[in-house]
Amino acid sequence: MLQVSIYRFNPETDAAPQMQEYQVETGGKDLMVLDVLEMIKAEHDASVTYRRSCREGVCGSDGLNINGKNGLACITPLSDTVKKNKLVIRPLPGLPVVRDLVVDMSLFYAQYEKIEPYLQNNSPAPAIERLQTPEDRAKLDGLYECILCACCSTSCPSFWWNPDRFIGPAGLLQAYRFLADSRDQATEERLANLDDPFSVFRCHGIQNCVNVCPKGLNPTRAIGHIRTMLLNRAA
Amino acid sequence: MVTQVTSFSRNGLSDWLIQRISSLILLAYFLFIGVQIANGIDYTSWRALNDSTAMKIFTLLAVGAYVSHAWIGLWTVFTDYLTEYMLGSIGNVLRPLLQIAVVLALVVYAIWVIQIIWG
Repeated sequence: MLQVSIYRFNPETDAAPQMQEYQVETGGKDLMVLDVLEMIKAEHDASVTYRRSCREGVCGSDGLNINGKNGLACITPLSDTVKKNKLVIRPLPGLPVVRDLVVDMSLFYAQYEKIEPYLQNNSPAPAIERLQTPEDRAKLDGLYECILCACCSTSCPSFWWNPDRFIGPAGLLQAYRFLADSRDQATEERLANLDDPFSVFRCHGIQNCVNVCPKGLNPTRAIGHIRTMLLNRAA
Repeated sequence: MVTQVTSFSRNGLSDWLIQRISSLILLAYFLFIGVQIANGIDYTSWRALNDSTAMKIFTLLAVGAYVSHAWIGLWTVFTDYLTEYMLGSIGNVLRPLLQIAVVLALVVYAIWVIQIIWG
């Protein structure tokens, strides 16, 4: 029997959050953490609340803090995370809890919105599409794959302390995705919006974001590229 | 609400750059002093070293680096931890008070050093 401990909190009725224990029979199978949550919801306690959708690591809904490390419940096998038969599941840290494992992502999305995550090009649109060389297209690899699950930003202390002013690793990875795009013409405006003391420079390079990204992306490297672009622009 | 008006240069890039350059100056200064001490010093040689114009410039440079480095670093720490977001309204009282204390201390250090090397 797997010992599962789940963070429970209903801000409307509970004075404080508490951990609730469940015993789950996994039948010796190496299930995903999401499977365990589904079993608890189906067989033990239908009131346990969490987000999930695609259950295959594509939608980014079930970002959770699993045994102390952020990750997607649907693609985290028990064998990767369970030690001493214990599974502790908490909501992503640093964001307000709506219910149990569901957090309010408004601050996260507000930062994403700030970097204007869309292609900006005011030249007349060609008949079919804006073409890119294979080399220019390759510059977007490792950037465009982000699914906005928020595992990185909510593992970053700089984002915990200044979620209203530090863009956070997810937003900055996307900021660089558009700075690096040969079809985007707003590079100057984008950089001008990033050189205050908070937006980019609260990153101190501790790489928690790299450590947790379920897609294996590297926001710290992207932030380094943004710094280099800011330096070149100023020099 | 934390704003950037109290940051060293009001600009993230130049604060970041100053932080890195000042750290190199301080590293060079302390290594140099360390080597001098390791080689053995007495009052006469120490006095002669610090009376030279080059050493006075180096010391002044190190003090400038120290003041800017300390301010940028502590400003970052204060605006991370001593905020309304972290502590409630007390953060907005504590942060300016500590910032004033640090600025005063740094100005005192700078003037004190100038007085020592040219006094």
